[in-house]
Amino acid sequence: MQYITLDTETDFDGWRKAARSLVLHHVTPTDVTWTVQGGEAELFAPPAPSPILEVNDGTFNVSAKFVDLAQAAILHCDPERFAILYRLLFRLKDNHDLIEVATDPDVAQVTAMARAVHRDEHKMHAFVRFREIGRERAAHYVAWFEPEHHIVELAAPFFAKRFADMPWSILTPDLCAHWDGHALSFTPGVSKSEAPGEDRLEETWRRYYASIFNPARLKVKAMQTEMPKKYWRNLPEASIIKPLIEDAERMTGAMIAKAAADPHKPQKRPEAPMTRKPAADDLDALREEAAHCRACPLYKDATQTVFGEGPKDATIMLVGEQPGDKEDLVGHPFVGPAGQMLDRALEEAGVDRKTVYVTNAVKHFKFLPRGKIRLHQKPATPEIKACRQWYEREVSAIQPDLIVAMGATAAQSVFGKITPVGKTRGRLIDLPDGRKALVTVHPSYLLRLPGPEAKALEYQRFVEDLKIAAALQKKTPRAA
Amino acid sequence: MDVQRKLEILADAAKYDASCASSGTEQRDSSDGKGMGSTAPGMGICHSYAPDGRCISLLKVLLTNACNYDCLYCVNRASSNVPRARFTIDEVVKLTLDFYRRNYIEGLFLSSGIIRSPDYTMEQVVSVARKLREEHHFRGYIHLKTIPEADDALIAEAGKYADRLSINIEMPEETSLQQFAPEKDVRAIRRTMGRLRLKLDEAEDSRSAKTKAKPQRFAPAGQSTQMIVGADGANDHTILRTSANLYGSYRLRRVYYSAFSPIPDASRALPLRAPPLLREHRLYQADWLMRFYGFDVGEIVDDSAMLPLDIDPKLAWALRHRDRFPLDVNRASREELLRVPGFGTKAVERIIATRRATTIRLADLARLHVPRHKALPFIVLSDHRPAPHRLDAAGLIERFKPKATQLGFGF
Repeated sequence: MQYITLDTETDFDGWRKAARSLVLHHVTPTDVTWTVQGGEAELFAPPAPSPILEVNDGTFNVSAKFVDLAQAAILHCDPERFAILYRLLFRLKDNHDLIEVATDPDVAQVTAMARAVHRDEHKMHAFVRFREIGRERAAHYVAWFEPEHHIVELAAPFFAKRFADMPWSILTPDLCAHWDGHALSFTPGVSKSEAPGEDRLEETWRRYYASIFNPARLKVKAMQTEMPKKYWRNLPEASIIKPLIEDAERMTGAMIAKAAADPHKPQKRPEAPMTRKPAADDLDALREEAAHCRACPLYKDATQTVFGEGPKDATIMLVGEQPGDKEDLVGHPFVGPAGQMLDRALEEAGVDRKTVYVTNAVKHFKFLPRGKIRLHQKPATPEIKACRQWYEREVSAIQPDLIVAMGATAAQSVFGKITPVGKTRGRLIDLPDGRKALVTVHPSYLLRLPGPEAKALEYQRFVEDLKIAAALQKKTPRAA
Repeated sequence: MDVQRKLEILADAAKYDASCASSGTEQRDSSDGKGMGSTAPGMGICHSYAPDGRCISLLKVLLTNACNYDCLYCVNRASSNVPRARFTIDEVVKLTLDFYRRNYIEGLFLSSGIIRSPDYTMEQVVSVARKLREEHHFRGYIHLKTIPEADDALIAEAGKYADRLSINIEMPEETSLQQFAPEKDVRAIRRTMGRLRLKLDEAEDSRSAKTKAKPQRFAPAGQSTQMIVGADGANDHTILRTSANLYGSYRLRRVYYSAFSPIPDASRALPLRAPPLLREHRLYQADWLMRFYGFDVGEIVDDSAMLPLDIDPKLAWALRHRDRFPLDVNRASREELLRVPGFGTKAVERIIATRRATTIRLADLARLHVPRHKALPFIVLSDHRPAPHRLDAAGLIERFKPKATQLGFGF
């Protein structure tokens, strides 16, 4: 039998050194007894602990996961923890992957211990309540806490980083932690009577606690699961929990029973928020009207109506399919990737984007939410039809000479019927009202094409189409 | 009016906001010795729990409960007879710092009734955060309520100081918002959420960009929202569809569901009824299924339907899809395992790691922290196979239902 005595309850390094040596000497777990200096004397322990066995040349590896678990589990209050950890280590030496087997009893037990320690640490971070001693500049903050496990050294750095600018002490029966503004130090545990009795802010805190609680939603069990009663005795707000619960039902009953009072007469409002400015002209009035469009269900999920934009005297009107993700958020047409593609092609064709009116056949973004993204959906005929009134009214307001339909959806809107892009593309077509129409692809089609060659080719065709528009624009300049 | 009395009024006015999180932000501390505070790594810290079961993590208050609006569901509506109060900026700053020093809170969640104008109100809210951050070098958590349609510069400043920004959608459908809050404009709310997402995206891009420029800071804990459940007639399908849309459109971190709760001095237009807390709970479960378990809204609840109250939504799904079960725990894919009733994401990870080394047996379920009674009819283990007639039995659902007693709400 090997008798190992560790320096302290949290002596991980001592345990590690002894355990490594024991494993290398093939000492089975049943042949080791672990004690802590100054702890309860082991019944059959010899007066002096066994000397640490000399380490052989051999060495062995354990996974970092075991080291993490062991460092936490060793802080558990169970006196058996050193032996349980040694048993697991002994088995890990020959079965390295055992640590991943969550169903192994030793792994499960050590994991549970580590979890209990971390939970206690977390609760210490949460439930320590500092009380101020002295005032203002010379103030020192002192807390009394009763941890379940040996976690003071583990939990203290958190407070040092958080309350770096104030001196504090956390007193516990086990160990006390102190911060002087520069360094952490530890002293032996003390009794509760050495802790300060109250703080001037505790009454304010209790009032907050009472006010933020909604008596109509009493869920005492849920509270106790997260804030077990063992912590209550050191929480200043705990003293009012019982009266709050007792009063809750009465208050809710009274609230429901009481007939609603006459409404309070609202104060005069200096300005009604969120009112819109009156429209400056026809196009602005149209834009404002379209913002409230409910002609099809697409408005429901979209952020906003994305209306057309451009100079009122534009001779060319570009019609796209529908706003995309970015357009929907920003509220302007063609600002996303397809918009950048369009800008580039327009420039190459010799058309200044500032001189054209740009809009979409459908003014709301149609999509399917998929987790964190929105999948673009092609508008259906009823939606294109429902939205066509806006297109028609835009045409009347702008009176363009040429309408460029980009993509099938746009063509359907411009011609009032399904119009294949392939057959009509790249030539001027007379519209019944005397305007010209030009059909081409939608710039997002270019983005979707696979391979740089196809992309370059199609892009060039797109630019050629736009050059037809550019030529027309130069021929019929409009007086400003 | 003294600060304590103001605190009572303005905390009471804020208690209907369900959000309490202090998690998911960047890591900060004050170990450089300048200022005070830190953010908790990983999860947030709940410093206390109220008897309503909700966590108290932040000092959650309104700057003022005076409000221009007259939203029927809101205790602070213009026509309500509740007592009114208004904090000064310095009072909120001092309370936050004083509470923080005593380790009562993780930080501040500041909201406000809308007074004068959206810009004026937003400016007041931002001032508190600015003072905490710039004058007191406060490193704790700050959550600010965004006022719809506030000026872009104010929103940008709010995001510079705050960890999280939120703006409440309030109602699952536009029609109910029009009915209950005629002055609120769901379009304005959505536009503001859209602007927040654009700024969040920009900040993210600037962090990942390989330039030496200091990354732009904007609400590292993202944005969230709240929907009131049970005040209007919207069913669970509508509510979850709205959530899915909000998650996808605006990258919300969380949608909070707040069961409509009786309020003092309620408007006569509102029904007074017990809060459907269990319904709220089921909605949160369904929300988790969407965010972490790969479920679509349509799978969780079909058109026009409500989530069952007596069993959880995943179990309800499994009972509707018995043909997919039983699943062999030692062979099934991660996606399949995530659909087994009683299997949480962590249990699934443990199962996958464990089965690489060994076979999982019946006795192992407890060590995997899986509730046996819920999972057993749906799974095959090396020493367990449910009798085929059992999975098909019409009475299987009875096994999971709570014993026939009056549904209680913990009163």
